[in-house]
Amino acid sequence: MRYIRPLSIEDAAGLLAGSAGTAAILAGGSDLLVRMKGGFIEPDLIVDIKAIDGLGEIRETAEGFSIGAAVPCAMLGESKALKKAWPGVVEAAKLIGSKQVQGRCTIVGNLCNASPAADSVPALVAAGAKAVVVGPGARRTIAVEAVPTGPGKTSLTKGEIIEAILLDKRLPRSGDAYLRFIPRTEMDIAVVSVGVNLMLDEQGRVKFARLALGAVAPTVILVEEAAEVLIGSKLDEATLERLAKVCSGACRPIDDKRGTIEFRRKVAGVLAKRAVTTAYARAGGK
Amino acid sequence: MAGVAVSTTINGDNVEYLCQPDETLLDVLRDRLGLTGAKEGCGTGDCGACSIILDDRLVCSCLVLGAEAEGRRIETIEGMAHGDKLHPLQQKFLEHAALQCGICTPGFLMAAKDLLAKNPDPTEEEIRFGLAGNLCRCTGYDKIVRAVQDAASVMKGA
Repeated sequence: MRYIRPLSIEDAAGLLAGSAGTAAILAGGSDLLVRMKGGFIEPDLIVDIKAIDGLGEIRETAEGFSIGAAVPCAMLGESKALKKAWPGVVEAAKLIGSKQVQGRCTIVGNLCNASPAADSVPALVAAGAKAVVVGPGARRTIAVEAVPTGPGKTSLTKGEIIEAILLDKRLPRSGDAYLRFIPRTEMDIAVVSVGVNLMLDEQGRVKFARLALGAVAPTVILVEEAAEVLIGSKLDEATLERLAKVCSGACRPIDDKRGTIEFRRKVAGVLAKRAVTTAYARAGGK
Repeated sequence: MAGVAVSTTINGDNVEYLCQPDETLLDVLRDRLGLTGAKEGCGTGDCGACSIILDDRLVCSCLVLGAEAEGRRIETIEGMAHGDKLHPLQQKFLEHAALQCGICTPGFLMAAKDLLAKNPDPTEEEIRFGLAGNLCRCTGYDKIVRAVQDAASVMKGA
């Protein structure tokens, strides 16, 4: 096995593209090292991307925020501007693992690990976040929801690296939230999770909505019908009931030791109502 | 397999070592450098027994490669006491009997040190959340929490 720490993203992409065997990208390592230890992966090459200029930074730009691929989740919570603009994304990222894991784990890693239960992903999908993908000689920007294609699988091709996650500038009268259900109070894997982002009009009616569910399908799913239910409403009881029904109906969950199909469907509806109510209040809705 | 040459700082001392590319920092500390304070509990980042501070962030050394430590600053439990003088956290862990078998203790001390460095006056809830990445199967945590509370008040007075 070789360990290489390139200084540019182009070199990193070139190393990955040119490797004959199994190559792995190392940022926080909180998934990779566990998989290596368990014998699930034996990389011939590890490309540590933490020395690449800018990848360890959160940048505030004219368009919004750019979160580098090597930024540990703890840093998201330390950024006052990001927390103020995207509290739902930050609260999701902060739920990943312990303090020790927070010091290492990254949202790009969380996305590329492609677990349907990844905490940061529903919040990023709801936020309309984009991923900047760098490959040998090419660079493209894609929607976050286009990255995972199934449990443990992504749409990235050999040699491609996600350089950063982009979030828009926070618009007036808008807010986001993330909620998950776990059987304990901390440090567990989501049984069901919901990310939501809302924008209101001047009268306090929902003008724009995006809602994503986690852990209820092979990938995180964007529930477009949920947005349709919410738009035009002030979250009256009937709207919230319809929202719950639509979200429960959108689930395609599995039965496993952490939750049954029936339980996941029901909880998806309940959590959706709660997360939407929080996002609405954050957007200034009353 | 050729080794990776690493130059780093551990507890204020410059340290150089050779390690294998897939060797964890925990294994380097324990097996190559003789710093056996950090313990291996789970080896998968769940128990916190191997906690160290890497560039001011608390991490599990079992989830860091030895090769990654190049140019970084590492603090381990071995750097906590000054000679014979214990750190207030160590002193209070003793006074409150906040340990039994002791395997988790170095990790708890490093996590508590990191917690108090960032939040010198934590509430009980903040202590419990702050130490949630460290597992103890002996004490039931109450004594540990009380020791950290007591150490915090001593350190504030200092």
